[in-house]
Amino acid sequence: MTDTTDFQNLAPSAGQKFRQRTLPFLILAAILLAIPMTGPSRTFYTVAHQMGINVVFALSYNMILGKAGLLSFGHAVYFGLGGYLAVHAMGWIEEEIGLWGSIPMFFLPIIGFFGGALAGATIGWPSTRRAGTTFAMISLGVAELIFAAAFMFDSFFGGEQGISGDRMNGIELFGLSLGPIAEVYWFIAFWMFVGILGMWAFTRTPLGRLSEATRDNAQRVQFIGYNPQRVRYMVFIIAGGFAGLAGGMAAVNYEIFTPDALSLLPSGFVLIMAYVGGITYFVGPIFGAILLTYMQSMLSDFTEAWLLYLGALFIGIVMFAPRGLAGIIFGFFDGLRGAERGAFLKGWITSLVGGLFMLIGLIILVEVSVRWSNGYGEIYEPFGLHLDHASPLTWLLFLATTGAGIGLTALANRHKEGTT
Amino acid sequence: MTAIALSLKDLNKSFGPAKIIDNVTLDIEKGERHAIIGPNGAGKSTLFNLISGLYTPTSGSVTLHGEEISGMAPHLINHRGLSRSFQVSNIFTNMTVRENVRCGVLNALGQGYAFWRNIGSNKEVQTRTFEILDRCGLVDKAALPASLLPYADQRALEIAITIAGGADVILLDEPTAGMSHSETERAVQLIRTATEGKTLIIVEHDMGVIFDLADRISVLVYGDIIASDTPQNIRGNAKVREAYLGDEDLPEEIA
Ligand SMILES: Nc1ncnc2c1ncn2[C@@H]1O[C@H](COP(=O)(O)OP(=O)(O)O)[C@@H](O)[C@H]1O
Ligand SMILES: [Mg+2]
Repeated sequence: MTDTTDFQNLAPSAGQKFRQRTLPFLILAAILLAIPMTGPSRTFYTVAHQMGINVVFALSYNMILGKAGLLSFGHAVYFGLGGYLAVHAMGWIEEEIGLWGSIPMFFLPIIGFFGGALAGATIGWPSTRRAGTTFAMISLGVAELIFAAAFMFDSFFGGEQGISGDRMNGIELFGLSLGPIAEVYWFIAFWMFVGILGMWAFTRTPLGRLSEATRDNAQRVQFIGYNPQRVRYMVFIIAGGFAGLAGGMAAVNYEIFTPDALSLLPSGFVLIMAYVGGITYFVGPIFGAILLTYMQSMLSDFTEAWLLYLGALFIGIVMFAPRGLAGIIFGFFDGLRGAERGAFLKGWITSLVGGLFMLIGLIILVEVSVRWSNGYGEIYEPFGLHLDHASPLTWLLFLATTGAGIGLTALANRHKEGTT
Repeated sequence: MTAIALSLKDLNKSFGPAKIIDNVTLDIEKGERHAIIGPNGAGKSTLFNLISGLYTPTSGSVTLHGEEISGMAPHLINHRGLSRSFQVSNIFTNMTVRENVRCGVLNALGQGYAFWRNIGSNKEVQTRTFEILDRCGLVDKAALPASLLPYADQRALEIAITIAGGADVILLDEPTAGMSHSETERAVQLIRTATEGKTLIIVEHDMGVIFDLADRISVLVYGDIIASDTPQNIRGNAKVREAYLGDEDLPEEIA
């Protein structure tokens, strides 16, 4: 036994800690500070704000899916209830009810956090007693229940019109009236940063680590003295809180909440954001939220079939890249640093080109079919091509690109298996 | 009379019609090193599962330091000072060796569920974790993912996790199974130091290990304890010889 060894040498060095923990946050802060200097357009702000909200929402979802191993089909409930509470608080601030007059709008996400956490504490009490399929089914049932309730309790949910508010009231903080969109930017950026930092810090706490241990081996944690139900319950409350924080951000950003925010649609969307981004990485859901929010707002302008692309992307990730975008990106850099760099790069480029060919095939199929089924006689004409559904050229092109894509991907896979 | 750490009384466990544990009564003194031997399928692991709360007894009672614990949840039994290892390594494979041990340490220091503090900032936690790793010979592998450990080290980690919480009654289920001779020797040394001053109940097949380590041996055959005595007397017990021990299994020397 080596009694002389210093115990501290087991922790990562100060340099490693700086590179892996401090530096990414400094870079994030720098990016957030730099964005307004580029003089962004109104559209940019609109999309960026939605991204900021979704980043926090998707990360909160991954606290339970990725870190605690709980598959929920109803996470929008906590986003929505937190958001609703924040919109109501917005009204209380405007009317200066009680002490509310002295609370700045800027702090509404904290109200949202409490709303989400309270909802999590209430709903999670029965639902986190079990993990696995039982938990997933309960989450779905609860989501349906709350959505139905939203149309019954009009005083809180405001019926189909929802509840709206006006953010330009109360005390101004940091000289922000929150009127112009460029001022809302600072609000969103601030809370997104706080949300990311808070959720990352949570992964570094005993409970955060324990939630991963419980996910991996719920039996063993019992025999070292932990109650897995309590672990799941506590994590669920905190995840509900951060979802509510995102809801509070949305309340200020949109000044309205409708029952749709609690429905299965956003619950499914947050699942896809987190999964496509990569649930095994902390940053995965950030990537997923940015990409999918972009697709949602930009792609929907280009094509009415964007939901088909979203579905195809999701299925593609589940089948071919279960570690998501983050897995693809980090895997790429790991490969570059690896021993067989040349072979890796060749295989990677082959898959990339193969993937692009398949994507082109998919686009042709979807765009031509959508126009055909619409029956307005509209023709898909990319790059001056005339892709009529009746013309053989269209289907030849579809078959050629798809075939080339499948072939190249198979080739890349064969090489990968050959080298490992 | 010495205090009793763990007491089993008329303990029974049936799975459907199969009676696996048959009226077991056994008292284990504080500080005793007690070995349980018996052929495969005798019910040794089932007995551990009953004591540690994984299974609920069909009838009978288990008392730990005088308190009834049968039917209690495993984590509550653990809080009362009993910790067990598993016959098949049961570790957190996605975590590093250090994190595996730290999970157990955190609970002992009452910080298991803390969500307001950094896991790396508590000096006592880090010191305790290091001590356990050091004692189990795992310091140089602390940063490895547990899944990459060689088999013998996984068994050592299994013991490390078991003792990390500072329980004073330790149950080890075949800790040296599948180890080479030299690995077994190292493991026995580890068990000896790691359970110093504690009550130890160990299931083991290696007779050399048992006669070396145990103060008392119980022989379990078909869920029934047919003898419970000192190693010397067990060796001389005709019933045990007949039922279980082949003569060739008995080591000549007793430590
Ligand atoms: N959960 C269970 N359900 C049904 N039978 C079980 C269960 N656990 C153990 N057994 C049976 O109990 C008997 C004793 O098993 P075990 O306690 O593992 O034996 P040992 O550890 O002494 O080798 C075996 O016949 C096994 O099949
Ligand atoms: Mg066994």
